[in-house]
Amino acid sequence: MFELDSVTVAFGRSVVVEQTSRRFENNRFTAIVGPNGAGKSTLLKLLTGELKPSSGCVLFNDLDIAGQPAHLLAGYRAVLSQSNHLSFPFSVYEVTGLGLQGASVDRKTRSRLIRQALEGVELSGYEGRLYQQLSGGEQQRVQLARVLCQLEASAAPDDQKFLFLDEPISSLDVRHQIKTLQIAKQYSRQGLGVVAVLHDLNLAARFADEVIVMRLGRCVADAAPKQAFTEDTLEYVFEVGFEVSADSEDRIRVSLRDIIDPPDMSAAPRRLI
Amino acid sequence: MILWRDLNQAMILSMLRASDGDRSSRALIVIGALIVLLVVMSIFSLTAGAVGISTSDVFQTLALELVGGEADQTSSLVVLGIRAPRTVLGILVGASLAVGGAVMQSLFRNPLADPGLVGVSSGAALAAVTVIVLGIPAPLIALGATEFDALPFAAFSGALITTFSLYMIATRSGRTSTATMLLAGIAIAALAGAATGVLVFVADDQQLRDLTFWSLGSLAGATWPRVSAILPFIVPGFITAGLMAHGLNGLLLGEAQAFQTGINVQRVKFLAIVMVALAVGASVAVSGVIGFVGIVVPHILRLMIGPDNRYLLPACALTGANLLLAADIVSRTIVAPAELPIGIVTAILGGPFFLYLLLRQKGLVDV
Repeated sequence: MFELDSVTVAFGRSVVVEQTSRRFENNRFTAIVGPNGAGKSTLLKLLTGELKPSSGCVLFNDLDIAGQPAHLLAGYRAVLSQSNHLSFPFSVYEVTGLGLQGASVDRKTRSRLIRQALEGVELSGYEGRLYQQLSGGEQQRVQLARVLCQLEASAAPDDQKFLFLDEPISSLDVRHQIKTLQIAKQYSRQGLGVVAVLHDLNLAARFADEVIVMRLGRCVADAAPKQAFTEDTLEYVFEVGFEVSADSEDRIRVSLRDIIDPPDMSAAPRRLI
Repeated sequence: MILWRDLNQAMILSMLRASDGDRSSRALIVIGALIVLLVVMSIFSLTAGAVGISTSDVFQTLALELVGGEADQTSSLVVLGIRAPRTVLGILVGASLAVGGAVMQSLFRNPLADPGLVGVSSGAALAAVTVIVLGIPAPLIALGATEFDALPFAAFSGALITTFSLYMIATRSGRTSTATMLLAGIAIAALAGAATGVLVFVADDQQLRDLTFWSLGSLAGATWPRVSAILPFIVPGFITAGLMAHGLNGLLLGEAQAFQTGINVQRVKFLAIVMVALAVGASVAVSGVIGFVGIVVPHILRLMIGPDNRYLLPACALTGANLLLAADIVSRTIVAPAELPIGIVTAILGGPFFLYLLLRQKGLVDV
């Protein structure tokens, strides 16, 4: 279990995340949504330990992660970052294998884990391709395979492990967006805690057990998608008019009310749209 | 250029296809072949030179010396007193330069980071020249150091300071800017060059001859004491490099990603800087500034066996050693009985190669 204990992150005078406390449980798929600059990625970086809070602390199983060595954390959680640039001619197989760096696995297991992970992201047969020659979406899937490798090689029990995804579907086609979220969902059903920053509200509503809606460094709503994604909340946060409806199976659907004229947001602080 | 590019592509693709993306067994074969080549090259290095000594005579001399027998005086002196230390030094320096280059490129996440190009060698040379011209610093004298001991130490310190400064200048919040790194490297090299120039003014004739040696690079001064003077720097350097191969691989993904996969990023970066300084400092101390080995060797090997440092680093050590032995053989035979400084030979080979790299991968510098 990860826990944010009244964390604040400030760069100079601008506050990016403000006084936020929240627990992240295993066996749950949590999506973080919000406009650009709302603090979503920062929140995720706090959880992964990449960023230290200006005040407050981040706990993993009740221990402050600030004091934990990198290899220990890596045994419990894997992270897919937003940007993944490589300047060297790695093959797809080799990039995926970098997820197994810390693990002591023999050659055969190594090869099996890598091929399994690539199969999971539908990149079987790409092992010998050069990473740099792939499209942006394919690169993103290779990185996901690397992250999944790290999780699979870890000896920790599933109900202790976590998967953090920062905009994992940003450059993917629709089919692979769904495929990727299905994988994440599958992991959360196995007992892992999954936390993902997403931009697509409908996919977040469809896959996540709970959503955190952020605006200006604060959590505006934090509940199951049906409760969190109300028209009022979404309009307040995104400053665009939304229509939220439920289908026959009680799944909610979010659509834009009017994409030509931004609504009058006189109640909320003005921003350029 | 087009031919070269095709050749490059074809090389990478054939390597990849053959091994289904896993180039580790390919790497082991390459390493094995390089070991064999190094043995051949070493023998060649022992036989090549102004005094003609046949391969069988070389073996005979070595064998006799090993069992304590009486070898022919001349061949014994030439082979064991001159050529053997020179060969060993060539192997050590070549390996250090290539591994230092590969480690530095992983640290900066950039295939253009070469200790010679970005001023690290110049910094090491400046420190060494300072010791030659101005004498040994007082604290080292107190420890009983001679100029001989002080040189590698000074060169190491110079390399350490330049590498560290460069890293601090070029890296902001975990991101290294290639342009900043190259430009800062040029500035550092120019500064070190200017300071070296000032020292030239106050140097006497004998010192001036030594200084020329620094700027061109040569293995001519090789003796056994020189070899043993740099071993305490090079051996820990290689051990450090070997231990952090995993960590360097992680760094290639990015600092954040390295941390996420369980790597102690701060420690790896610190060790990498120290390792580069050890390798470059030791090489510069005994052989002056020999350029391009650190960029050409890792680049070619990455195309052949991939950038995985667990295989790349040993392969670099072997290729660097082979390349420097070959360059040294050229340098002492092409204008025999005179000698061409080895730095000229590597520059003639490496300069065009580097230009080709720039032309082929124009986008590289904008990373």
